Amino acid sequence: MNFEEHAAKPLLARHGIAVPEGTLAATPDDAASAAARLGPVVVKAQVPTGKRGKAGGIRLAATPDEARSHASAILGMDIAGHRVGKVLVEAQMPIARELYAAVLNDPASKGPLVMFSTEGGMDIEEMAATAPEKLRRHAVDIRHGFAPSAARALVKDRALGAAESKVADALVRLYAAYAALDAELLEINPLIVTRDERVIALDCKFVMDDCALVRHPDIAGAGTPDKLSEREERAKSARLKYIELDGNVGVLANGAGLTMTTMDVVRHHGGRPANFLEIGGESYTQAKPALELLLSNPNISTLVVNFCGAFARTDVMTQGVIEAIEALKPALPIFFSVHGTGDEEAVKLLKDRLNVTPLPTMDDACKAAVEAAVAVQAISEHMR
Amino acid sequence: MILRGSDRVLVMGITGKQGTFWTERMQAYGTRIVAGTNPSKAGTLHCGVPVFATARDAMQGAGYDVAILFTPPLMVKEAALDAIDAGAKGLVVLAEHIPVHDVMYFIAAARERGVPIVGPNTTGTVTPGECFAGFMPAFNERIIRKGTVGVVSRSGSLGTLFCLNLVQAGFGQSAFIGIGGDPIIGTTTREALVALDNFPGTAAVVIVGEIGGAMEEEAAEYAKTMQKPVVAFIAGGAAPQGRKMGHAGAIVMGNKGSYASKRAALEAAGVAVLDTPSDVGAALNTRLSR
Repeated sequence: MNFEEHAAKPLLARHGIAVPEGTLAATPDDAASAAARLGPVVVKAQVPTGKRGKAGGIRLAATPDEARSHASAILGMDIAGHRVGKVLVEAQMPIARELYAAVLNDPASKGPLVMFSTEGGMDIEEMAATAPEKLRRHAVDIRHGFAPSAARALVKDRALGAAESKVADALVRLYAAYAALDAELLEINPLIVTRDERVIALDCKFVMDDCALVRHPDIAGAGTPDKLSEREERAKSARLKYIELDGNVGVLANGAGLTMTTMDVVRHHGGRPANFLEIGGESYTQAKPALELLLSNPNISTLVVNFCGAFARTDVMTQGVIEAIEALKPALPIFFSVHGTGDEEAVKLLKDRLNVTPLPTMDDACKAAVEAAVAVQAISEHMR
Repeated sequence: MILRGSDRVLVMGITGKQGTFWTERMQAYGTRIVAGTNPSKAGTLHCGVPVFATARDAMQGAGYDVAILFTPPLMVKEAALDAIDAGAKGLVVLAEHIPVHDVMYFIAAARERGVPIVGPNTTGTVTPGECFAGFMPAFNERIIRKGTVGVVSRSGSLGTLFCLNLVQAGFGQSAFIGIGGDPIIGTTTREALVALDNFPGTAAVVIVGEIGGAMEEEAAEYAKTMQKPVVAFIAGGAAPQGRKMGHAGAIVMGNKGSYASKRAALEAAGVAVLDTPSDVGAALNTRLSR
C-alpha cells in the first residue's frame, strides 16, 4: 500500500524526524489561505507516483495569490494516470544540502537495507546508474536493528560539518519508523540540511507491506489503494487476483506463474491477452465468480481455461467453470487445458456436462483461442 | 535443501484441514513424519503421530530433522523461531501472505544457525521415489517420476506443469525445489541451482523463473560455471509494468526485474531460454545429446 507524501510525513514526525509545516488543500482558495499563514510556500501535487516535479506538479509560491494560481493549475492535472485532487502547501525551507536516505526490504541480503547518499534530490535509479560509489549501503540484521554507530559510519567523511550527528540521528529514526510501520520502503528524498543546520525531510515515500496492513488498523486507512478498474474492484472484493489488459483473449488459470505463462503463450502464438486472472491457492474454489467476472468484459472474444493442479484441485476448479458456463451460457468459444491433481475427474466432468474435450497441451489451447479470436475479429469487421 | 527419505519430519499445524490432507498424502508417499504440533492438542495422536504443543517439546518427545510449517501467516514467525531454537536442521515454510519483516526475522535467525529454509509462499519440495514436503502432487505418476532433471521453480502451478511436460517427454525429476513466489525467500534460485547441481543423479537443471527481482540474473552467474545443461523459462513476458502479478515478488519496476533483463542474463550464461513450457523436452534432448 502506497502512502502519499501528506500521509507519510506525519508518520516520520511521530518518530522524531522534522518535516516542514504544511496543510493539505483541495481548492485554490484553501491553498491561498495556507500560504497567508505560512509565508513563502511550495505547492505540491498529492498523487501516488514519482515524477511530480518533472510533470509541473511542484511549484514555488512567494505570495498567497501565487499559491492560489499554482494550486488552480495543479489541481485536476493528470500525472502518470493519476488526477490530482489535492495539494500539499508547505513552508519553503532554506536548503543548504540535499541528501538521500532510505530503508527497504532487500532480497539480496534477505534483510533491511539502509541507503544514504549526499546526492539527494535526484531519482534513485539515476543515482545508482550515474554515481553508484556515492550511494552508501548498510545491511541490517532485523533482530538487532540499526545501531547509532552504524548510522555514524554511514554518514561520516561526507563534509556534513556540524549537521553530521543530526543526519546520523535522522537515519536511526528513519529505521525505527521503517521497523514500526512494517514498511516495504521508506524513503526521504531529499533529506535536507538547512542553512541554519537543521535536518528536515522535504519529501517522503512510504510503501507498507500489504501482508502487514492488518497489524496497523490505525494507519492503514491513510494509504492510497491501487487505482483499479470497475471489474478489478469487483475482483478484489471477491478476493480474486485480476488485472485487466487491452487484448481480446480471456485467460483463466490457477496460480500466479501458470496464469502469467498462459498470457505469455497467448502472445507467443500471436494473440493479445485480455487479462490476468488466477484462482490458485486458497481461492481455487472461486472458479464460478471468476468466470462470471471474465465474461463481463466486452472485449473478450475467446477464452483459454488453463489448469495445472498441485495444491489446487482441477476437478473442483473445473466444476466451478462448468457451473458458470451453464448459468451464463456464453456464446464465445472456450478452450481448455487441464492437468495435474484431479485431472481425470475434471476431464470426465467436461465430457459429461459440456461435451468438451480439453486440448492436449496449453500451447494447443492458447493457439486455438488465438485463431478463434482472429476469426471472430474478421467476422465482426465483415459485419460492420 | 533437498529432503531425503531418511529425514525425520515434524509437521507444524498438523491438525488443520490442509495439514491433515497433505500429511496423509506425504505419509502415503514415504515422507517420514514423526510428529506434529498444535498448541491446544498436545498429547493426542493425529495421522498416527504424536502431537506436541511446540517444536521444542516435539524435539524432546520425538526428535526430528526438518519442520514443515502449515502454520497460518501471522503465526509463522513464532513457529519458525520455535523450530529453529529447538534445533531443526531445515524448514519448509508453505504459507503465503506472511509479513515480510517477519520473514526477514526468521531467515536471519536461521542463517545464524546455518539452518536452510525453503519458502515461504511455496508448494514445497519433492524427491521422487523418496518423499515430498508440502502441496505437490508427487503421487501422480504423470507429473512426478524419478529421473535425472532437477527443477527449481518460483511457482507451484507452473512448476507442476514443467514436471508434467518432463514426464510426457520421457524424462523424470531428480528433485523439485519450489522456492516460492515472495520477494524475500529463504532459498533463492541460485542457491537451489547449486543444490541441484550437487545433488546425486542430476544430469540437467530446469529453472522456472518469473519477472521481478534479480534472482534469475544471480542464478545465471552460477549457471555459467556449470558443466550440466541448464534450461530456463521466465513467466511474465506479457505482463504490464508496475503491477504485482499474483505473486508478491512478480513485479517489474522500471528496468528492474524485467523479462528482457532475465532472458539476456541467462542466454549470456549459455542457458537455453524457452518461449513456451511445451518446448522443455525438446530443449533438453538437444542439450543432453551434445
